[in-house]
Amino acid sequence: MTARAPLELVCPAGTPAALHAAVDAGADAVYLGFRDETNARNFPGLNFNRQELEEGLAYARQRGAKILVAINTFPEAGNPGPWRSAVDDSASIGVDAVILADIGLADYAVRKHPGLRRHLSVQAAASNPEAIRFYQEAFGVKRVVLPRVLTVAEIAALNKKISVETEVFVFGGLCVMAEGRCALSSYVTGVSPNKDGVCSPASHVRYEDQGDRLVSKLGDFTINAFDEDEPAGYPTLCKGRFVAQGRASYLFEEPTSLSAARLLPELMDAGVTALKIEGRQRGRAYIAKVTAAFRAAVDAVARGEPAPDLDLGAVTEGQRQTAGVYDKTWR
Amino acid sequence: MNAKLTLGPVFFNWPPENLRDFYFKIADESCVDSVCVGEVVCSKRAPFFEPYAAEVIDRLTAAGKEVVHSTLALIMTTREMDLVRDMAACEEFFVEANDIAACALLSGRRHALGPFINVYNEGTLEYLAKGGAERICLPPELPEKSVSALAKTSKAELEVMVFGRLPLAVSARCYHARAHKLTKDNCQYVCAGDADGMEIETLDGDPFLAVNGTQTLSHAYYNLAAELAALLAIGVKRFRLSPHHTDMTAVARLFKDVLEAKESPEDAEAALAELVGGAPFSNGYFHGREGGRRL
Repeated sequence: MTARAPLELVCPAGTPAALHAAVDAGADAVYLGFRDETNARNFPGLNFNRQELEEGLAYARQRGAKILVAINTFPEAGNPGPWRSAVDDSASIGVDAVILADIGLADYAVRKHPGLRRHLSVQAAASNPEAIRFYQEAFGVKRVVLPRVLTVAEIAALNKKISVETEVFVFGGLCVMAEGRCALSSYVTGVSPNKDGVCSPASHVRYEDQGDRLVSKLGDFTINAFDEDEPAGYPTLCKGRFVAQGRASYLFEEPTSLSAARLLPELMDAGVTALKIEGRQRGRAYIAKVTAAFRAAVDAVARGEPAPDLDLGAVTEGQRQTAGVYDKTWR
Repeated sequence: MNAKLTLGPVFFNWPPENLRDFYFKIADESCVDSVCVGEVVCSKRAPFFEPYAAEVIDRLTAAGKEVVHSTLALIMTTREMDLVRDMAACEEFFVEANDIAACALLSGRRHALGPFINVYNEGTLEYLAKGGAERICLPPELPEKSVSALAKTSKAELEVMVFGRLPLAVSARCYHARAHKLTKDNCQYVCAGDADGMEIETLDGDPFLAVNGTQTLSHAYYNLAAELAALLAIGVKRFRLSPHHTDMTAVARLFKDVLEAKESPEDAEAALAELVGGAPFSNGYFHGREGGRRL
């Protein structure tokens, strides 16, 4: 195999420390959000204020890395202010791109800040050539983060039909529903990924010790129950255990996380431009380790070497991994 | 007062002959004004109804119903893209887009938007209305405050879902197949066994959700019969009933009677409870709360 340009490595940061860790470990770009409901990881104690963004941008620029700002929830009717400010401030601070999901906000961004590069968030769930063409033609979107619904073969076919860059998730949390189209969390908690930027929020989580078992609840509903010798996981709704057909199982998905590291050569062949690592809620040690491992893997694959085995067991706490929908049988 | 009722698309995999007869009854006996036809959830089911589609459309049209052609909510494969492209190319059809791809293909002529299009604010609504969306069924997650804000400025006719299990999520993965230890490609159409979706309970035995192939719905039936007056006051004049395996003609009559003040919401609700076999009702989203909650 011959050497090719490496895939761009896009890493998460929920804090300035995580941003430094990602840049130092070799991220080509770092994505982050403001500390409010304008981004899809609106967790307490996470994200950036304007000054932190300016400092982070300076740090990244000095080291050749880009900063992408996710403004990827859907603005509330009658209250466009926070979302428009997020776009305006991103433009004035001079970030490399904004990552948008909402059509109205994309329209605002292109009219108000035509020079500000726009990416389409995974929350827009643009999974086919016509949808992607729409966002490209209407709002000048340069890159689309693909929803986790397509196999590698479908991504390859899609890339032949479109002329914008594509970015795909390769590591971290795994949405099993089409992103931006899931109201499971709000059905149970009243708080939604689309409106509030949170899924299965900790504020609605409760653990009940029932003697021989530990029950995890989200809102009023039992999401899982663990025997004494079983490690208790966080009750993310779609990773819970439920009963269907008289049988208890992980109906939607096991408590696995995504790892598509072994598919890097195939993703490169499929015409993908950038790889995204999920985890803005993660600490800097995790970010440093995962970023460094993927930096090495991306460079090895670019040199024509096979994808190396990534030793990330320590950071995933032994959690099972899946290549998710990239393998057709997952469906 | 000119409130109208839309019968939404049938989400479930009913035998095609039953589906045909269902629509015949809707055409002949129901008071709904508009009827959505077309497969929204799974493209694998789409061919089964095709032999009956023309006669169903004719019967509905002859009965004075407006026929709305609903498209797939999630388009992943080339075949699915072609299905939606073919539908959008039928210029004589009034098509309801459920994916942005369909919006794009329908742009420039009159069409509708289904509840799977994320219209959360005025900016998005205005943009899509300019492209020809003249009727928009809002996402059920929207609270009264948002519906009210949108109704103030919308040039498109707004529609709000007021009855049926809430469509909460759609996935590439088929959970019906998975629950039967099958995969989507080899699903044996097990979803056909559950006319209102497969019941999902928590480990403690509480009813929770309903699975319909790649779609996940609520266990509770959304029911805004008691909120119709508030919706009318906001300026919403069109209401969506999502079909279930019950007498939808009776359901429609109850909602129409409440809208026309011929029946109290309380009496309608008691009758509805019987029609859904005692399943719980919810209305939380409209009140800015958990979608599954009853306030």
